[in-house]
Amino acid sequence: MTGAKEEIISKLRQDILQWEGFRPPLPGMAGSFELGPLEQAFPNDVFPTGTVHEFISLCPEDTAACGGFIAGLVKTLLQHGGACLWISATRRIYPPALKLFGVDPDLVVFVDVPLIRDVLWVTEEALKCEGVAAVICETGGMNFMESRRLQLAVEKSHVTGFILQKDAKRVGTTASVARWRVRQVPSEPRPGMPGVGFPRWQVDLLKVRNGNPGSWTVEWSKRKFRTIIPIEPAEQLRYYA
Amino acid sequence: MPKRFVSIWFRHLLTDWKKIRQPSLKGKAIVFAEPNHGRLVITATSAEAEKYGVIAGMVVADAKVIAPGLEVLDGKPGHNLKLLKGLAEWSLRYTPLVAVDLPDGLLLEVTGCTHLRGGERDFLKDLTGRLKEFGYDVRPGMADTIGCAWGVARCAPYDLIVPEGGHRMAMMPLPPSALRLPTDLLIKLQNLGLYQVSSFIHIPHAVLRRRFGKEMILRMLQALGQEEEFLVPLKEPVPYSERLNCLEPVSTRPAIEIALKTLLDNLCKRLYGEGRGLRTAIMTYYRIDGQSGKVAIGTNSASHRSEHLFKLFALQLDTVAPGLGIELFVLDAFQVEPVNEKQNDLWAAKPGADSEVVTEMLDRIAGKIGTEGIRRYLPDEHYWPERTALPTHEIRKKPDSEWRRDKPRPMQLLDNPEPIEATALTPDYPPILFIYKGKRHEIKKADGPERIEREWWLEEGEHRDYYIAEDQDGRRYWIFRSGHYNGEQSGHWFLHGFFA
Repeated sequence: MTGAKEEIISKLRQDILQWEGFRPPLPGMAGSFELGPLEQAFPNDVFPTGTVHEFISLCPEDTAACGGFIAGLVKTLLQHGGACLWISATRRIYPPALKLFGVDPDLVVFVDVPLIRDVLWVTEEALKCEGVAAVICETGGMNFMESRRLQLAVEKSHVTGFILQKDAKRVGTTASVARWRVRQVPSEPRPGMPGVGFPRWQVDLLKVRNGNPGSWTVEWSKRKFRTIIPIEPAEQLRYYA
Repeated sequence: MPKRFVSIWFRHLLTDWKKIRQPSLKGKAIVFAEPNHGRLVITATSAEAEKYGVIAGMVVADAKVIAPGLEVLDGKPGHNLKLLKGLAEWSLRYTPLVAVDLPDGLLLEVTGCTHLRGGERDFLKDLTGRLKEFGYDVRPGMADTIGCAWGVARCAPYDLIVPEGGHRMAMMPLPPSALRLPTDLLIKLQNLGLYQVSSFIHIPHAVLRRRFGKEMILRMLQALGQEEEFLVPLKEPVPYSERLNCLEPVSTRPAIEIALKTLLDNLCKRLYGEGRGLRTAIMTYYRIDGQSGKVAIGTNSASHRSEHLFKLFALQLDTVAPGLGIELFVLDAFQVEPVNEKQNDLWAAKPGADSEVVTEMLDRIAGKIGTEGIRRYLPDEHYWPERTALPTHEIRKKPDSEWRRDKPRPMQLLDNPEPIEATALTPDYPPILFIYKGKRHEIKKADGPERIEREWWLEEGEHRDYYIAEDQDGRRYWIFRSGHYNGEQSGHWFLHGFFA
């Protein structure tokens, strides 16, 4: 009897997730993002695709870091084909750098919108299109209503959207599924080697619907994400001994 | 099937135009005059002035003597060409091939156009009737050749429509001036007593050529259709073009939409049959008050889906100003390309989606922001950072070479490198700190230098020594020194990008 009840409850939980815009990945489509421990923050332990993710950037350095992190995610999204659009009014992205994150720059369509107020219109139009795998949008900020429009668009088309908000003052409540902040942290060159190491970021998941926000240090090395687990000081000593 | 041409002669083009502009001048004898060698010489006359015997080429002072009350207006050289061009554009509603025939006429090729208005007689009646309504005194002529139509319009007393194949007979009774000959030749013919074309048309060509020159033979042959003559149309006819005449002028949006849909359906049917699709198209509408307007679209890939093209037009239909009503819609496809039936080479294998969806979405975006804003980048074989990515507006172009991935490149690149103050202690070593926008960055880790030479065959200037620098907060920058180290503490250092 109790078993049946639990079954019903878990079934209802799954239904609620679906109604809220989370869809279990289609069979054979579950491209792994290889995010490691980070994935446990999400419902079902799966990075939610077909939703809108928000990224907050306070300075150009943050924008670059977010760009790298997003490019790493887009690489997986593009594995099964589809187009990728990069929509912006003030774009500085350097296409050849995308190759270093596993995205072929010639597969990305860059849309430079002359007026900043058209950016969200173009983004919504792109998110509605089912042939698109990922849409990245750089904008100043958006209000609740605009974010809800975008979220409704992706729920129908199952496109993954990444909204990069550059105006931190305007960030308010939104309907997005997750809100991220990606900052650069000092890299770690290989022991005994000079120079700069692999790109390393402090990834904060500030908000996630039905998940657990958290904070991780993530490195991009050997064409995939690697979560850095801080080494205990005692262990660290042994490491260098 | 023989070709059919219409020549329209505006007998008093300039003065008629003036009278339309100033109705108070109606019924008055007016002339246009231009200064010529210190005298005012008449260039155009009205019918009333001609009654007094005033003709073009007369000096104004003489004309005033024979015609009291003559009004003299200032003429502008080239004005008739401007007027004729306007009239030619207006007559595009009758046929797509219209040419200006200086100094005072229009030439229309109407092959296959006349049945649309109920036969040749009604066609010509409609055309001249409306020109007369405007206030122009016109005489038309229709024949199988340009030369014959021209002659009939100007010299024939009646039978202005020459039946098919009848142009030779029609030319016979006309005076030599029907042959478009220069004045000195006409005087010569007059003096010789050759008052009709029939009186010299049988003379062997060799004899005529010896006496009157090559031009006369050419004009004769052209009028008789033995020598080909071509119109130089005002507008190049577009090979993929559809026209829709409205029975009644329309002005409501649903009516315009129906007209547009009909045009698009017809055009797309034809394009589909030929395996082609359009890239750019312009819909021109002609209003009953003589004004016209345009709506243009472009697509990212050739398309012959009328629903999609209609959506692109619909974005701009608000700009259509129908005024009192639109009587003619013309849809021209200026750029037509073969359609790639399997358009899946780029957007392969995304389930449930094919590339058409994407390109159509891009078309919609282009309709809003313009096509310039949508671009892709292809690798270009340059080391200079600003040139490694080549922008292209083609959506299906494949890269010729591989993207390089052996060197780290910044995620964000500034369009123009920004000068920074940097302190470098040792030549060819990364600086130990730099100041950018008032903020001090101590460099903890750095890689470099990576020297990139300027491409001297493209531009001149210093080479750049790039360093990847990581500051105390872990932020990574791409900075470079322009040129060689010269011992100065700062200067020549620039920030060019931000690494991820």
